[in-house]
Amino acid sequence: MGIFAKFKAGLQKTHAKLVHEIKRIVTRSPRLTAGGIEELEIALIGADLGMAMTNQIITAVKKAYETQGTAGVDVFTIASGEVERSLATGNAELIKAPTGLTVVSLVGVNGTGKTTTTAKLAHLIQSRGQTAVLAACDTFRAAAIEQLKLWGERLSVTVIAGADKSDPASVAHDAVTAANARHADYLLVDTAGRLHTKHNLMQELQRLHRVIGKQTPGAPHEVLLVLDATTGMNALNQAREFHKAVPLTGLVVTKLDGTSKGGMVVAIQKELGLPIKFIGLGEQPDDLQPFDPKQFAEALFSEKQ
Amino acid sequence: MFDSLSGKLQNAFKNLRGLGKISESNVADSLRDVRLALLEADVNFKVAKDFIERVQKKSVGVEVIQSIHPGQQIIKILHDELVDLLGSSNTGLNLSGNPACIMMVGLHGSGKTTSSAKLARLLLKQGRTPLLVAADVYRPAAMDQLATLAKQIEIPSFVMKGETDVLKIAREALEFARANNRNTLIFDTAGRLQIDEPLVQELVRLRDLVQPQEILLVLDAATGQEAVNVATHFDQALNITGSILTKLDGDARGGAALSLKTVTGKPIKLAGTGEKVEDFEPFHPERMASRILGMGDVVSLVERAAEAVDEDEARRLEEKMRKGQFTLEDFLEQLRQMKKMGSLESIVGMLPGGADMLKGADLSKQEREFTRMEAMICAMTVKERRAPQILNAPRRIRIAKGSGVSVAELNNLLNKFNQMQQMMKKMGKLQKLMMKRGGGGIPGMGRR
Repeated sequence: MGIFAKFKAGLQKTHAKLVHEIKRIVTRSPRLTAGGIEELEIALIGADLGMAMTNQIITAVKKAYETQGTAGVDVFTIASGEVERSLATGNAELIKAPTGLTVVSLVGVNGTGKTTTTAKLAHLIQSRGQTAVLAACDTFRAAAIEQLKLWGERLSVTVIAGADKSDPASVAHDAVTAANARHADYLLVDTAGRLHTKHNLMQELQRLHRVIGKQTPGAPHEVLLVLDATTGMNALNQAREFHKAVPLTGLVVTKLDGTSKGGMVVAIQKELGLPIKFIGLGEQPDDLQPFDPKQFAEALFSEKQ
Repeated sequence: MFDSLSGKLQNAFKNLRGLGKISESNVADSLRDVRLALLEADVNFKVAKDFIERVQKKSVGVEVIQSIHPGQQIIKILHDELVDLLGSSNTGLNLSGNPACIMMVGLHGSGKTTSSAKLARLLLKQGRTPLLVAADVYRPAAMDQLATLAKQIEIPSFVMKGETDVLKIAREALEFARANNRNTLIFDTAGRLQIDEPLVQELVRLRDLVQPQEILLVLDAATGQEAVNVATHFDQALNITGSILTKLDGDARGGAALSLKTVTGKPIKLAGTGEKVEDFEPFHPERMASRILGMGDVVSLVERAAEAVDEDEARRLEEKMRKGQFTLEDFLEQLRQMKKMGSLESIVGMLPGGADMLKGADLSKQEREFTRMEAMICAMTVKERRAPQILNAPRRIRIAKGSGVSVAELNNLLNKFNQMQQMMKKMGKLQKLMMKRGGGGIPGMGRR
């Protein structure tokens, strides 16, 4: 590297700072105070965005805030815009196979709400005038099958189930056959909760998907990771590991009816680029709603505790 | 990402060695790293701030011992402080009433039903006669779940299917317990949001009716910043007596434990560590502190190894190694046991500093190599595995063909194995020598 190039590289930071400062003065923009930054940081961390993501957003917000001119937009509005933009990518619609049956598999760690989400999703599909069949592939947790069957009765949706502790892959196999015979539009596969650190259970999930894929090429068309909004930074690990084992096509964030903000999806979206397709807002069948980045971003900053 | 916290701190304090005392400015820098680590571990930001202030006060003025890195010294202060905060002398269960009543409360999906069953099993082992009461009247099939689990562990359950009045269930359960000589009732309540006032009031009424000795908040170890709100609300409404941390077999750092303990001041009594009913144990503050600080989780690693490896088998292998009788057959056995423990990546990740090592390293390649090794050994006859010296050219060609590798790769494996055997022989001799001298292991090994 020549001496001038070295100088240039060394001065890059100073240069950038200077340009930014000049821009700020020329546009007569306000300066972001340390107090303002801290308040923003607390809001972001408090919503489980994590440190790395928080710092990124603060940098972006600072830049936008200090070059906005005299518009007088406040920090949180800008921050909310930043988050919204980062979330507004990808296709958030439920995938539909071009012809025939569409298989949707719901995966995730224990207790995030997979079974309830499966039922709600069936309700959503029904309300669109399409038909769904449910596959009770959680053969591990006690009474998980009964839970899904009860939902099936409530919604009058067919539930295909095997015996307790039976092989989930064989249940899936039967379910695909049954769904095809009924000419259903969707087959929703409710899988057992598993921690992403359990190697053998993740392999079991891969096998389940292989069996489905053998029967219906291209299936499962949609693999949704169900995330609990109260989860902290571990959600990123969960998404990473599940995505590695069974390529995901989207996320569902549940339990957003509480005070949790589910901010970790921002980091997940940034790293893995997975669209958030639905959010869960309660225990009723119609409490599953399509994801709206604008609403979500605004909610992140709604009450600055 | 923060497995390197100890490394970072040691770096920050490198120049401090022999400075005498730790000063405020020395500490400030490194504590910024600590704050970051705590936040990444999901410790609530307010709790983290208070904690840092406490540590700062404690560490300023501490004399730096010449032989130790000041970084290590601060880590020790941090660790001790965390253990102190997380721990509690009062972790036993109060079961004084007759019958004694325990209420399990918490958010949806935190693991109340599973924990109820696990607790019942634990109490049964301690000589009590538990009764599981299904008080979740909302979630479909929640009662079935409890009944099924109860049957599995052979403990009676009290279930009134279809009943929606929790208080009625409780009254009849108490009567049932008296009539059937059950001295401990465990109420598995429905999951609810801490801000859902009507549902929280239902819990208050249940508490007033059964007058429980213990009200345990069940919390998922992966809970984020919200842990503070959850704990505060449940504690305010019900005056909980303690908590249970679940899903600790995952890789969540579990900072929620610190938030929970700090805001309620109530002890964390038990920990759920797996899907099976026996995966339930007293809460260990030291392990939790190491985990939150990202100092590796050697204990879990050892546990996982113990799960996968048959102890007698391991001892037999060790004996063989020492005597230099380790064969390819044993090597195959070892490869397979390692596979059982999980992916290489997950194993290395548990070592202190392991996550750092993993950055950029593609272990799946190594893993594929192990699979190829396994294939090569499998293609050998038993005789060949026990005495690889008989492997002449035709045999080698056959094995290479049979396992789909080149002869060169097979030769490579055999060379490596040969080297390994030599090393083992040497190690065995060295160990014998040291035993004779009465020394206790190699000095300078082991971190503490």
